[in-house]
Amino acid sequence: MSETVTLTIDGTEITVPAGTTILDAAAQLGIEIPAICYHDSLKANGLCRVCSVDAGWRTNAAACVAECSQGMNVKTQTDEVVRNRRTILEMLSSTVDLSEAPGILALLKESGADPERFAEFKRRESPVYDDNPFYIRDYNQCINCWRCVQVCAEDAQFAFALSFDGRGFETRIGTFMNQGMPDTTCVFCGQCVGVCPTGALKPKRQVLLEQGMNPDDIFRETKRGRKPKREARGGNS
Amino acid sequence: MTDVMNQIDMALLEPIVKRFEGHRRDALLPMLHEAQAIYGWLPQAVQEAISQTLRVPAADVHGVIEFYTMFYNQPTAKKVIRICEGSSCHLAGSAAVIEAVESQLGLENGQTSADGSVTYELVPCLGMCEHGPNALNGTRTAGQLTAARVPEFLDGSYPEPGPKVFGSPRLALGRVGIVDPGSLEDYLAHGGYQGLGKALEMDPTTLIASNKTAEILGRGGAQFPMGVKAEMVRNAPAPASQKHVVVNADESEPGTFKDRTIMEGDPFSLIEAATLIGYIVGAENGWILIRGEYPRSFRRLQAAIAAARSAGYLGRDILGREGFHFDIELRLGAGAYICGEETALFEAVEGKRGFPRIKPPFPTTHGLFGQPTAINNVETLVMALAAFNAGEEAWNQMGTKQSPGTKLFCVSGHVEQPGTYEVPFGLTIRQLLEMAGGVRGGKQLKGCLVGGAAGVFVNPGMIDMPLTYEDARANQVPLGSGAIVVMDESVDVREMMIQLAHFFAHESCGKCFPCQIGTQRQLEILERVAAEGSRGAADLRALQDIGATMTQTSLCGLGQTAASAIMSAVKLWPELVA
Ligand SMILES: Cc1cc2nc3c(=O)[nH]c(=O)nc-3n(C[C@H](O)[C@H](O)[C@H](O)COP(=O)(O)O)c2cc1C
Ligand code: SF4
Ligand code: SF4
Repeated sequence: MSETVTLTIDGTEITVPAGTTILDAAAQLGIEIPAICYHDSLKANGLCRVCSVDAGWRTNAAACVAECSQGMNVKTQTDEVVRNRRTILEMLSSTVDLSEAPGILALLKESGADPERFAEFKRRESPVYDDNPFYIRDYNQCINCWRCVQVCAEDAQFAFALSFDGRGFETRIGTFMNQGMPDTTCVFCGQCVGVCPTGALKPKRQVLLEQGMNPDDIFRETKRGRKPKREARGGNS
Repeated sequence: MTDVMNQIDMALLEPIVKRFEGHRRDALLPMLHEAQAIYGWLPQAVQEAISQTLRVPAADVHGVIEFYTMFYNQPTAKKVIRICEGSSCHLAGSAAVIEAVESQLGLENGQTSADGSVTYELVPCLGMCEHGPNALNGTRTAGQLTAARVPEFLDGSYPEPGPKVFGSPRLALGRVGIVDPGSLEDYLAHGGYQGLGKALEMDPTTLIASNKTAEILGRGGAQFPMGVKAEMVRNAPAPASQKHVVVNADESEPGTFKDRTIMEGDPFSLIEAATLIGYIVGAENGWILIRGEYPRSFRRLQAAIAAARSAGYLGRDILGREGFHFDIELRLGAGAYICGEETALFEAVEGKRGFPRIKPPFPTTHGLFGQPTAINNVETLVMALAAFNAGEEAWNQMGTKQSPGTKLFCVSGHVEQPGTYEVPFGLTIRQLLEMAGGVRGGKQLKGCLVGGAAGVFVNPGMIDMPLTYEDARANQVPLGSGAIVVMDESVDVREMMIQLAHFFAHESCGKCFPCQIGTQRQLEILERVAAEGSRGAADLRALQDIGATMTQTSLCGLGQTAASAIMSAVKLWPELVA
């Protein structure tokens, strides 16, 4: 790309190729704009909005998808930008279990968020699905970042085993008619587990190890070719 | 649920499967509708057959059904009774009707009768607010319901309501209530297709120029100049076979029913108007997406499109204009307010969950199927045809300098004469209310909700605002949808706020975090305030933080306006959360 644009980010001028996102341009200046759903090698969808910055528009710009333009004046730390970021994190913390998402916990701390602010309200609960020998799905920890759905579909595997249930606050990752993974088109490539930023998708071996099972037994339990069909285990316990 | 409903005769699906063979994903919503008409719901085997026929992953078929409230993957009756629980109906007395329906059916919201013959649901807004309390028995509409007449409503003998149009001059609504909406001949006899005939003799660029001078701003909400949009689509590099005209007939903004008034009362005018814009932008493909809760609009447009096509008003070389081809595909939504957002609407037509897309790119270059698309609201299109028919001089004599012509308003709630009003721009809210007979029963006015759920409340001190684009912009009152819900002094605004918050929580698509969670938290805070009283400053700050965060960071207009009416109420009546 030959065309370039020059813009200002937090007072510093930078020239980047046209089409560069605000997130990438800021990174080049050493300014790290926080983001949760964003993943380097996946299509950015602008879901979490934690990367929202002031680009002089009517509303904030999501830095992961908004492209730099000539003369743009980006501010990543105004009172409003910080308030918005903090409020999104506070709301997220009241919705799902973030205890196994160290990156998000660190962000909560950094932004001065009160994780208990909305604790009195409804959480997005789900059974824990332990239906295959390779990974466990605990959507009580799922933040709806879409990464697993994307790698399962056009971003990598073209297996299309995952989609969404419900909508709004009740949106959850789901399978065809809530089937267990062995009954779906899942090919057990494990890519979803690899990109999940929380503990929602976890290798079964890791879970069993955490539960104190010895490695030999774990190997037997999770050997390839065994497809135990179990009922979903209820609750968050 | 009954065993009868669980016995699935797959042979019944075969003719549909045959017909849809060779179709692709964009046939998903139509195929789901047809299959559901057979079974009342979409059992697993039916979903699998649809997945195979259209070559859509089964998980995606299921995900689509999960998104739209009018598609069911649990046993549901073929006949669904839907009662409106929107604000206008509530003000018109829907509580008594709901009670009567529930006790006579012996069902609660979302339940199906033991014999599997009827399912009962409450719906956020059915878009027949001028007929409130209103309801649907299957695809049969009902208005001005009273508890006493619920038995007739339930047995299907209660008459369907007729149009309620008022105001003058009637440029867009001139034929509504006069012309037979089922007759092309009658449409022609009342001046139909004269405008298109004249336009086809002119150059499209001339037509764009005259549309621009007419200052027709989008009537779907965003007030974007129609002529500018048309020009961008016209200039987008693609052949006519790869350009689209999309009519946004999703009209789901609570308190809004003007587009339905046009589609039910004068469906051919919308077809003519869409064809005209097809000619202007150089597109061969027309689409109309009607919200699922508008069965009568769908029926009438379906018949009108078929009649227009067989008479040569749709198809190839229209009206003898060689090389001008245009046809329309009609699509029925399935219960999702978000599908009125233009990019979510494209997703719905493409057979997906109605998740809005990130903009840019914009529809003018990357719209339906990623191709250049002119998407406009029903009123915008019909008004453009009306302006063309009226001629520049007459058009400019109406309204104000910056807002020439007429506008449709949807007046409902506590008012003597609810209905669709066509009036020149520049009337004040007060004048419009007077035209509508004033507050019902001579009571005092508490205020109005202007612009629907995404709009703002105004109090009696603000009703001398002229209804023009320029005043609306200056006062930050969105005119677009033209909804004006009138509230008398007895109204509990807190209750209205909870209804609005409930609406947004119900309709958030769930794509982006601030709206997905914020609409839920906003509702919960308001519910707690109503139940237990306010915690004062802490609650106010929480509402402000959530509201501002949704407004500034949400991905689409739904989240960006989900706190608008509620925060405007808090400003006007601080005691509500104090
Ligand atoms: C949540 C949401 C719902 C909308 N619903 C509608 C609708 O029901 N009808 C409509 O015409 N426009 C609706 N819009 C506006 C459309 O996105 C778009 O601006 C409009 O169709 C453009 O047509 P116009 O320029 O003729 O107004 C909605 C926007 C949002 C954000
Ligand atoms: S399961 Fe993990 S990867 Fe998938 S959406 Fe949830 S948090 Fe994201
Ligand atoms: S603002 Fe709401 S409706 Fe719009 S994309 Fe975000 S979650 Fe969906």
